[in-house]
Amino acid sequence: MDLILPVLDTTVRLAIPLLFACLAGLFSERAGIFDIGLEGKMLAAAFFSAALAAVTGSVWLGLLAGIAASITLSAIHGIASITFRGNQLISGVAINFLAAGLTVLIAQDWFQQGGRTPSLIGGARFETIDLPFAEALSGVPIFGQIYADLISGHTILVYVGFLCVPLTWWILFRTRFGLRLRAVGENPAAVDTAGISVVWLRFAAVGICGILCGLAGAYLATGLQAGFVKDMSSGRGFIALAALIFAKWRPWYALYATLLFGFLQALSLRPDVVELIFRVPMPVQFLDALPYILTVVILAGFVGKAIPPKAGGEPYVKER
Amino acid sequence: MTSLKKLLGATALVAAAATVANAEPALMYDLGGKFDKSFNEAAYNGARRWAEETGNTYREIEVTSEAQRVQFATRLAEAGFNPIVVLGFQNAATVEEVAPNYPDTKFAIIDVGWLDIENLRQITFAEHEGSYLVGMMAAMASESDTIGFVGGMDVPLIRHFACGYAQGAKAVNPDIEIIANMTGTTPAAWNDPVRGGELTKAQISQGADVVYAAAGGTGVGVLQAAADADILSIGVDSNQNYLHPGEVLTSMLKRVDNAVYDVFEAGVEGFEPGVHVMGLENDGVGYALDEFNADLVTDEMKTAVDQAREAIIAGNIEVVAYYENDSCPVLEF
Repeated sequence: MDLILPVLDTTVRLAIPLLFACLAGLFSERAGIFDIGLEGKMLAAAFFSAALAAVTGSVWLGLLAGIAASITLSAIHGIASITFRGNQLISGVAINFLAAGLTVLIAQDWFQQGGRTPSLIGGARFETIDLPFAEALSGVPIFGQIYADLISGHTILVYVGFLCVPLTWWILFRTRFGLRLRAVGENPAAVDTAGISVVWLRFAAVGICGILCGLAGAYLATGLQAGFVKDMSSGRGFIALAALIFAKWRPWYALYATLLFGFLQALSLRPDVVELIFRVPMPVQFLDALPYILTVVILAGFVGKAIPPKAGGEPYVKER
Repeated sequence: MTSLKKLLGATALVAAAATVANAEPALMYDLGGKFDKSFNEAAYNGARRWAEETGNTYREIEVTSEAQRVQFATRLAEAGFNPIVVLGFQNAATVEEVAPNYPDTKFAIIDVGWLDIENLRQITFAEHEGSYLVGMMAAMASESDTIGFVGGMDVPLIRHFACGYAQGAKAVNPDIEIIANMTGTTPAAWNDPVRGGELTKAQISQGADVVYAAAGGTGVGVLQAAADADILSIGVDSNQNYLHPGEVLTSMLKRVDNAVYDVFEAGVEGFEPGVHVMGLENDGVGYALDEFNADLVTDEMKTAVDQAREAIIAGNIEVVAYYENDSCPVLEF
């Protein structure tokens, strides 16, 4: 128990940015807009949340700034791929490059610390929250330990992240908006025939994607760490995309997939635990590569089939 | 044809003029960037100090991807900068390719000592000796008898750091446990503070109460996680004590700044090729003591470490280098 709890604790922390980004991609791709710019949006949000938090001393203003930055990039993606019907992949790649360059450039101009923000202190970063009774229950074996060490003691964004899963499910599968959003990703012509604006729906989806990526980035810079460092998202946006495919574009599966990928990342930090479980030393690189290997296995159709939304990647053109 | 010849002649003239005008030194940073608060930043500080003291100027360039290494070094040599200082062992292949093509240009490379090129000065540091000293301090400061090490990219140089650290710690306390982790196996490992922080938290959960970061930009995350958990950390290359006053035990100084300064100061005339080792005796490595960690370093620690320093210089203590047989006597990777 003492061995596995810290690993699970790390799992939660590493899975949350993936979960936010994965749900962001879910909304966007369910509406038929492929988004490989998750990474860039996360990075931009990480920078602007840290920068505003550093300047104002308020993590909440930082969070808003991060979300705003992410939505701005989402809007660029939307205009390029919805309004102007451009190639969604190219637009996404462009956003990744734009974010990688702009964040460092602006950081250097604002703070002169070589593309970093100053370290955040006090109210400028998210503090961990101790849930009620955590202290009292920590003596209770197993249940109390899990509650005190694993469930309690995270930043608020972690709990928001977990709540986003049922919320996403409810929005997508229990509301009229969700039905239309899914329809627009499968058969936009049918939605258009019903007199509902395809363009508006897709922009709404891309906007939600921006908000969620903003939360992911803010969590990296102001929750997990205390400041922005260049390229700090280090590929998490792409792992989230892999998780999205792994989850077959479903919210609950997205939770499981990101937790699994987070768990693999957490395990690679603890070679001693891995050796204890498998009895043989396991190369850390193998654990790092596993998310991608698993995704390829899923894509190859060995474990059920991952079918993307039918109209994904195609700009919608009204018939004339 | 004649017009072409004229054009070529004119180009050559312009190039020659440029060579004369640009006879100033240049500095090429490694991945990780100029402001990594560590290795590259130390070089930057040395170059800046030289520029401020002499009033001269120098050119600098930052490598941001593998493909740019040879390209940038060639460009600097082509533009007539002299001498050219190149940072990092990953540029060994770069100077091997570029330096022989420009025999009149003086090159210097830091962290490489195995090349055989006439116009190249190679500067290596005895990182294991400096790490030995901070390892001793870590072992003396530790109450749980468990200390940690977080490396950046898993390369021999970083294992070299870890090995010296472990030997120093074992010298103080033979029973001490040393947990060593590397952040990754790609250059991205120099810039992943989130993973560095998580590695540190993992080591803390295994009982570590002093963590030494030799990880470039990733180290920022290590020092942060350590400060958050109220345990001690040790910085590297530059003096990082100020990052978290009272929470950073010390920093292992690697005076890259002095190395760069010396090359710039010597210029073309005073250039000395060959391999130069910067160790404890010429203050190439050491540990940092300033107002930010004065309360953490006890007199007992200082005495012990200074004695060990003298003993290493005198040859009474031998710190085994990882390079000697690609393994560490006291630490497994």
